[in-house]
Amino acid sequence: MKPFTYERALSPAEAAASAARQPAARFIAGGTNLLDLMKLQIEVPPHLIDVNGLGLDGIEATSEGGLRIGALVRNTDLAADERVRRDYGVLARALLAGATGQLRNKATTAGNLLQRTRCPYFYDTAQPCNKRQPGSGCSAIGGITRQLAVIGASEACIATHPSDMAVAMRALDATVETVKADGVARHIPIAGFHRLPGETPHIETALEPGEFITAVTLPPPLGGQHFYRKVRDRASYAFALVSIAAVVQRDGTGRVALGGVAHRPWRVEAAEADLPRGAKPTMAAILDGARPTHDNAFKVTLAQRTLASVLAEAKG
Amino acid sequence: MNGEVRDLAVDTRTTLLDALREHLQLTGSKKGCDHGQCGACTVMVDGRRIYSCLTLAVMHEGDEVTTIEGLGQPGNLHPMQAAFVKHDGYQCGYCTPGQICASVAMLEEIKAGMPSHATADLTAAPRLTPEEIRERMSGNICRCGAYSNIVDAITEVAGRQA
Ligand SMILES: Cc1cc2nc3c(=O)[nH]c(=O)nc-3n(C[C@H](O)[C@H](O)[C@H](O)COP(=O)(O)OP(=O)(O)OC[C@H]3O[C@@H](n4cnc5c(N)ncnc54)[C@H](O)[C@@H]3O)c2cc1C
Ligand code: SF4
Ligand code: FES
Ligand code: FES
Repeated sequence: MKPFTYERALSPAEAAASAARQPAARFIAGGTNLLDLMKLQIEVPPHLIDVNGLGLDGIEATSEGGLRIGALVRNTDLAADERVRRDYGVLARALLAGATGQLRNKATTAGNLLQRTRCPYFYDTAQPCNKRQPGSGCSAIGGITRQLAVIGASEACIATHPSDMAVAMRALDATVETVKADGVARHIPIAGFHRLPGETPHIETALEPGEFITAVTLPPPLGGQHFYRKVRDRASYAFALVSIAAVVQRDGTGRVALGGVAHRPWRVEAAEADLPRGAKPTMAAILDGARPTHDNAFKVTLAQRTLASVLAEAKG
Repeated sequence: MNGEVRDLAVDTRTTLLDALREHLQLTGSKKGCDHGQCGACTVMVDGRRIYSCLTLAVMHEGDEVTTIEGLGQPGNLHPMQAAFVKHDGYQCGYCTPGQICASVAMLEEIKAGMPSHATADLTAAPRLTPEEIRERMSGNICRCGAYSNIVDAITEVAGRQA
């Protein structure tokens, strides 16, 4: 790792202000993604702001009947929360399908949302990568693309977002609460939180430099049956090739979000009207405009079959 | 550290794992991958299992860290250590300290009612099945493939606790 200085922030506003003073600084929460990338010198922050002591580790009911999840709540604790298990099963399932017990004990709500891609060329500092080094080119295009995006990609980047939790958050229409460097708070709907790569794949979210996540809120429970189905190369401890977060109601209507296919959790609300007609028309509408590569064309079929299996289980 | 207060001045870059191995001479915890991909460095911090390679020592001032050395010593083994010996839960032994720390903390997680990917009913208490043990121990890789004996060792200790 490159040398860095270290401080423990005492309040969210202070954390944001400190980040504003040192634009190359990074917040550190669980550290499970950031330290990995720092060891490889993909991230080289000169300063770390430890945000573990801010007390943002509670889960509370909101006046609207939803839940407010502190940014520092560990993935383990969120998945084990009784209300989450009962009312937001899709979220508990997504969390439990991610990483391992040891990682989930450290990983936080905010850190999970902000984890960076697992594109193999992003990790290989000897290769050009627009996300790691803007303007250097994309080694994945024309390279090994089995794990990479099939939709929403650009000429600059075809990486996917690796989070399982974020896919469930997208299905649930969560909201990200932040405080900006100037102390102003704002609410960002999850649909607009993660960006598509476009010409600037290094800019991954709607966050401004130094903006600090304080919480993620969930709207009131949707009822229905909750599913998170993750297809991966081994049964545990592996990232998704394709994953599906779904909430299916008794009358066959519902919501579907996909992981493993795009630069952000992928959801097309208009396609959900097709759900009562089955997986084929629904997935055709969700992945309309997909441009898979030779290596990852299987993801399109896999997504449709995975949804078919979820819908079959929902019917019972 | 294993019940003792240890004062340490380290570079900010020092991981908890390097602090244990290089500064405190607690070499039981192993470095397999140094990237959160193997589990050999698993220790307990305030009773919870974590990978010590993906956290900084400076982030653990005042925390209670338990390593394999703190669980038990020759002549006074922790029941899980004894069960690994009895069931041959290893071959080369490199992953073993991590496996044992992980399994001790894992049984506490089941006792506390925490669900896993293998839990069929999220609203019920998890059951102690081999499927649950395998899923919950998936964060500890064993290149010697001692998995079935590891499950036997854990099952025996869990049965005695129940
Ligand atoms: C081997 C391995 C396997 C994994 N498998 C999976 C998997 O299958 N599925 C999955 O979803 N994930 C997986 N993960 C990733 C894991 O979920 C993430 O590393 C973790 O969620 C990141 O959370 P953290 O708190 O440790 O983040 P950190 O590493 O602390 O931070 C990540 C980023 O978020 C920023 N940040 C943190 N908190 C805030 C805040 N409050 N406000 C603003 N910025 C903030 C940091 O500055 C940093 O840029 C895996 C990781 C490893 C190492
Ligand atoms: S796909 Fe994106 S992350 Fe991967 S090499 Fe290309 S620019 Fe980098
Ligand atoms: S050395 Fe920490 S997980 Fe491999
Ligand atoms: S006993 Fe050799 S790696 Fe597990």
